[in-house]
Parts: sequence; C-alpha cells; structure tokens
Amino acid sequence: MFEALDAVLLARIQFAFTVSFHIIFPAFSIGLASYLMVLEGLWLKTENPVYLRLFKYWRKIFAVAFGMGVVSGIVMSYQFGTNWSVFSDKAGPVIGPLMAYEILTAFFLEAGFLGVMLFGLGRVSNTLHFVSTIMVAFGTLLSATWILSVNSWMQTPAGFGINEVGQFVPENWMEIIFNPSFPYRLVHMVLAAYLTTAFVVGAVGALHLLRNRQNPEARKMFSMAMWMAAIVAPLQVVAGDFHGINTYEHQPVKVMAMEGHYDSYPEGAPLYLFGIPDEENQELDYAIGIPKLSSLIIKHDLDAPMKGLDTVPDELQPPVPLVFWSFRIMVGIGMLMVLIGLFSLFLRWRRKLYNAPLFHRAAMLMGPSGFVAVLAGWITTEVGRQPYTVYGHLMTSDSIAPVEAPAVAASLFAFIVVYFALFGAGTLYILKMMNKTPGEIRPLPETPTRTAGTTQLAAQRPDVLPAE
Amino acid sequence: MFDLPTVWAGLLALAIFIYVVLDGFDLGIGIVFPFLKSDSDRDVAMNSVAPVWDGNETWLVLGGGGLMAAFPLAYAVVMPALYAPFIIMILALVFRGVAFEYRWRDKAHEKIWDRSFFFGSLIATFCQGIVLGAFVQGIDVDGRAYGGGWWDWLTPFTITCGIALVAGYALLGTTWLIMKTEGELRETAYHHAKISAFATLGFVGVVSLWTPFLSPEIAERWFTFPQLLFVLPVPTLTAILAGLLAWGLFTRKDQVAFPTSIGLFALCFAGLGIGISPYIVPRAITIQEAAAPDSSLFFMLIGALILLPVIIGYTAFTYWVFRGKVDPDAGYH
Repeated sequence: MFEALDAVLLARIQFAFTVSFHIIFPAFSIGLASYLMVLEGLWLKTENPVYLRLFKYWRKIFAVAFGMGVVSGIVMSYQFGTNWSVFSDKAGPVIGPLMAYEILTAFFLEAGFLGVMLFGLGRVSNTLHFVSTIMVAFGTLLSATWILSVNSWMQTPAGFGINEVGQFVPENWMEIIFNPSFPYRLVHMVLAAYLTTAFVVGAVGALHLLRNRQNPEARKMFSMAMWMAAIVAPLQVVAGDFHGINTYEHQPVKVMAMEGHYDSYPEGAPLYLFGIPDEENQELDYAIGIPKLSSLIIKHDLDAPMKGLDTVPDELQPPVPLVFWSFRIMVGIGMLMVLIGLFSLFLRWRRKLYNAPLFHRAAMLMGPSGFVAVLAGWITTEVGRQPYTVYGHLMTSDSIAPVEAPAVAASLFAFIVVYFALFGAGTLYILKMMNKTPGEIRPLPETPTRTAGTTQLAAQRPDVLPAE
Repeated sequence: MFDLPTVWAGLLALAIFIYVVLDGFDLGIGIVFPFLKSDSDRDVAMNSVAPVWDGNETWLVLGGGGLMAAFPLAYAVVMPALYAPFIIMILALVFRGVAFEYRWRDKAHEKIWDRSFFFGSLIATFCQGIVLGAFVQGIDVDGRAYGGGWWDWLTPFTITCGIALVAGYALLGTTWLIMKTEGELRETAYHHAKISAFATLGFVGVVSLWTPFLSPEIAERWFTFPQLLFVLPVPTLTAILAGLLAWGLFTRKDQVAFPTSIGLFALCFAGLGIGISPYIVPRAITIQEAAAPDSSLFFMLIGALILLPVIIGYTAFTYWVFRGKVDPDAGYH
C-alpha cells in the first residue's frame, strides 16, 4: 500500500515537474510568435528597418525557446503512457482525438513553416515569408486551443458516457470540445501568454533604454510592450474574474481552497488577503480579510451565502496551502502588471516613457513575472482539482500506471538533472542574446568593403536591405 | 476488411514509417557527426536538416498521440512495458534537439553540443531499435495492463535490433548527405554510406532470420505454403534494392542511394507488418481489441483525411524551398 502511494506521489511530482518546465516555453513562444508576426507585418507595411531588425533580434530568441518547447513537449506526449497508463486507457477515447487534432492542425503547421520562417528570408518572396510567420503564430494559438480544451475537459468533463470496460467514451464532440470551462481557460491562458511575452520584451527594451535611451529598436520594443501591458493586463483581470466565477460554478471546492474558506459563510464570505492555512485543524490562522468581499466578487452580492470546506470530506479536499498561496501570487503579479501598464500610460502622456530610469528598472524587474504568474495560475488550477484527474469521475490514485516507485524515482531524477542542465543552458543563451544591443552595427565578417561613403551603412548593416 | 480500426492501424503505420524515414536521416547525420572531417563539414551537415528536423520529429509525436487516441489500450500496455527505453529515448531526443540551436549560440562550447548531438542521436536510435525489437518479440499482458517485469525488453534480440537501427539510420543520414552536399563532405559521406549499407544489409539478414524463431506463429507465415507465395516478394525486392543501392554507391549516382535506402526501409517495414498483424501488441492484443470506440475513430478520421494531405503538401513545399545542394554560407545564425 505504501509503495503504491509512493509511486503515485512520485509520478505526480514527475508530471508537475515536466509540465511546469514545458509550459514556460509555450507561454513565451505563443506570445512571441504573434509579436514576430506583428513586427514583420509592420516592416512590410512601413518598410521601416527598425521593425526588421527587431524581427531578426527576437526571431533568434524565438528559435531557442521554441526548440526547448518542442523537445520538452515530446516528453509530455509519452509520459501519459509511461506513468499514467490507466488514465490513458480510460480517457484516451475522449482526449486522444483532441490531442491528435492538436498535432495534425497545429504541431505540423508550426514545425513545417518554422523552417521557412527561420531560414527562408531571401529564398522565398517576402510575402510568402510573411505567410510562413503567420502560420507559425497561428499554429501556436491553435495548439493552445486544443490542449486547453483537453485540460478543460479533465476539469469540467462533458459530453461523454462510460462503457463496459470503464472507458470514457465520446457522445457529443461539441460538448466535449466546448466543455463549460474551456472558453474561459483559453482566453485566460492566451492573454497570459501575451502578457508574459510583453513583459519580457518590455524588460529587454528597458535594459537597452537604460544603456542608451536613443536606441530606436529599444524605444520601439519598449513602447509596444507597454501598450500591451496597458491594454491586456486590465483585460486579464476581467477574464480572470469570469474564469473564477466559472470555476465556482463547476468546481466549488477548488474556489474554497483558493479563498481559504475552511468554514461556510451563510451571510456573506470574506476575502482573505493573508493567512496561514492549517490543514490539520481545518482553519486559516492569522487571517486578514475584508468581510463579505468574496461573496461580492464571486456572486456579485455582499450577503450571498458561500459554503466552505467543512462541507467536503477531508479525502476529497485539495491541498489547501498550495492552492491558497499560488492563487495569491498569481493575483498579486496581475495587479502589479496592471499598475505598470497604467503608469506607462501616464508617462506616455507626459512624454517621459523613454526618459524614466526608475520605471525602466521596475519594468526589468517585472521581466520574469509573467512566467511566475503562469506557473502559479496552473498550480492553482491543477492542484485545486485534486484528488481527481477527470474531475468527479476518475481519482488521481486510480490513474497511475502499474510502475513501481523506484522506476518512477529514477526517471524523475533523470528528468531533473537533464532539464536543469539543458534548459538552464538554453535560458542562459537566451539571456545572452537579450543582453546584446538590438540594431547594433556589426562589421561584416571577412568581407572587403565594397564601397565607401554613401553606402557604407548598407554595407555594414546588410539587414537594412529588404532582401538578404 | 476496411473497418475503422484497420484504417487507423494503417494510418498509424504510415505515420511511424514517415517518422522513421524522415527523422531517420536526421538522426543518422547525428550518428556520423563525429566522423565528419572538419567543423565546417559539421556545420553544413547540420544545416542540411536544420530547416526540416522539427517537422520530421512531429511525426513521432503523431505516432505517440495517435496510438493513445486510436488504440488507448495498446498505448497503456506498451508504454509501461518499455518504460526505460522510452524514457531514455525522449531524454536523448532532448539532447539531440537542443543541439540544433545551442551549437550556434556558444562557439566556445561547440564541442559539448556536438557531443550532445551525437550521443543524443545515437542513443535515441538505439532505444528506438530496442522498442521495435521488444515489440516484435512480444509483451506480457495481464488484464488491461502490462504484466511483465522491468527488464523484459532487454534481450540479445532487442539489442541486435538496436544496433541494426543505428546502422540503418546511418545509411539514411549518409545517403542524404551524398544527395545534399558537395566536395569533401560528399566524399566522406560516400565512404561511410558504404560501411553503413554493408552493416544495414547484414543486420537485415540477421534480424529477418532470427524473427521467425521468436514464435511459431511468425515462422508459419514465412515458411509454409501457400503463405510463402504471398510474402516472397518482400525478400526478392529487398535483394533487388540492395543491388541498386550498391550500384548507386559505387558508380556515384548522388540521387540514387537515398531513395533506394528508403525503399529498403519500406520493405523491412512491410516484413514487420507481415509478422505482426492482426495484433497491435504482438500475440496479446489485436487491433480490434485495442481500438477506441468508432465514434472516436470516425471523428479523428475526418480530420486526418483532410489534414494529412495538407500536411504532406506544405511539408513537401518546405523541402522544395530548401532543395538542392546546401550552400555552405547559408543559415540565419
């Protein structure tokens, strides 16, 4: 019995580890692919070389991030089988086809056109190259759509039956794909990816503005990033609120854990800003809260009664501290993002956007915040739906493969070592590329100066020319 | 005959075959990477596949994802049965995959990423061969789950299959380089292609003779009349293609060896199919038993029939964009 429990726990840690590492890359590459599309489109429209230089600058970074996303994604597609084979057998008929559609519509599209996007400038026409970039961006969004449909179905399953061997079988594909939490989760995640990218781009822009506030590429990327922050961050707050209300409707226990509501509140529930969840005694210690605000946010009524975890048997509760805290980290970062966005509007209005070193420093600090928020958000929703894999229907402990703890432990160890070494190196390379000044004049390697004078800039900066 | 599970078994076999051929030459280049003569040769060799490797590897994702979707029971049995080779394979593919970018980002540590590329390719290939061998030799099933031990997959037969696949992918990789490169690199590729071809054909012979001894059921298909007449074209065509390959390599027809090698892989694949069908987990679970409900298979089939031609279309377009011999000075890095 204890051995079985250990294997479950180890397999969960392994999945959490590999999927957390993986989500970092798509969270970045979904946004960056769209950004590259916008940059190339603007370059083709305005012929302003700043856009082309930014495109090439971020394309290199995209290539590394995308590569890490691909290889860490392959791990996911096999881990369902190696560690969670019972889940795969039972849920495969429903979620398998959705993942097959993800591969057929999205993965091939991204990978097929990535080659042209990276290596094709000059080999194909500018229009065809732009189409390839659009396809890559479109592919990343399609991929997000399918996989979030899968995840959402596991959270709020719909449109299925159960056959004689205990498999989930599809009955209505529309209900399966457009299951109740899917639209909310999709919007929330895509906005999160865009915000994550915006804050990374903003941080890189800020870094180079601090070094040289006249750098046209740095100004352009910082300005674009701050527009995104100002527009998308507030939208994300609204989307998050809708998502939360949807969660309360379909997974109320998760919301109880997020809110730290161990007790039921028949006359309006407080919003706890701080507290130390005590699982043993089922109470929130040192709680600081605002009375009735939780009822107002979730039910839009100050006095609406809300049930607490006292109505849920202990063994059906998720681990409250993790959910409670990861939720607060996500929301806290979201609020900071809104602040940065609003403040950028103020600076823009005062014409000081490029001349505000303190603000640039703050933007740099916020650079990695999107990743932290994305991870915290996923921890909230994934830990919050425990102890189920298919919510309400299949327990996590009943989903595990017939593998024994030492095997899972050994592979977990291998994943940790390899991921930290290889993705650590990749992250380092990305940081090195970000540290390079965008649009820097680089001498052509080993090429004699063809002409002096008027065309010198063109000779030194071949990237100014439309065709390579 | 053409019920949904059979159609899907065919489509999955096609996806796996496309993977084997396409990533086969990528991995093959990794396998011969240390044997190339100069850094610039290695640059060109890697650039010859850099625009396409990503798409090639996607067929492996389709193989895994498609198996889970169409035959969830088979996926649930095979993955735990081949736990170690699968985990090691995907980790090796991580080492191989990151090298494509990292190698250009850090010239000071280029050697590390060259090694990562080589060992990643070699180990991934070896593990794929082991998976193949273990699959052919059979998997113990208990109810709806794997019923064997941790190390069942490790036998002399599976190790032979692992080495055989290394030789086979090296053949694909070197013949691809013959087709795509010029000068010294092409010479080196010819040299290693001959060695790989010799080794590949030898291993094809060994594995083909060994396989029937694994089970009387397979032996019956190959050695009894009249089944013999039905399967006889496979070895016959193999012999013809082997001759063609040797002719292409020794008379230096740059465009011959690679397609012929693909042909050899296709025949081995057909031979494998003859040995396995109608099972999806050999001699334990049939295609019909493992299949997802028709509603799942039909829903996916609509998409596959529309999308697969589109995918093949734009994949062909990518190859066409990067057609011809590789320009040593090209690359976006």
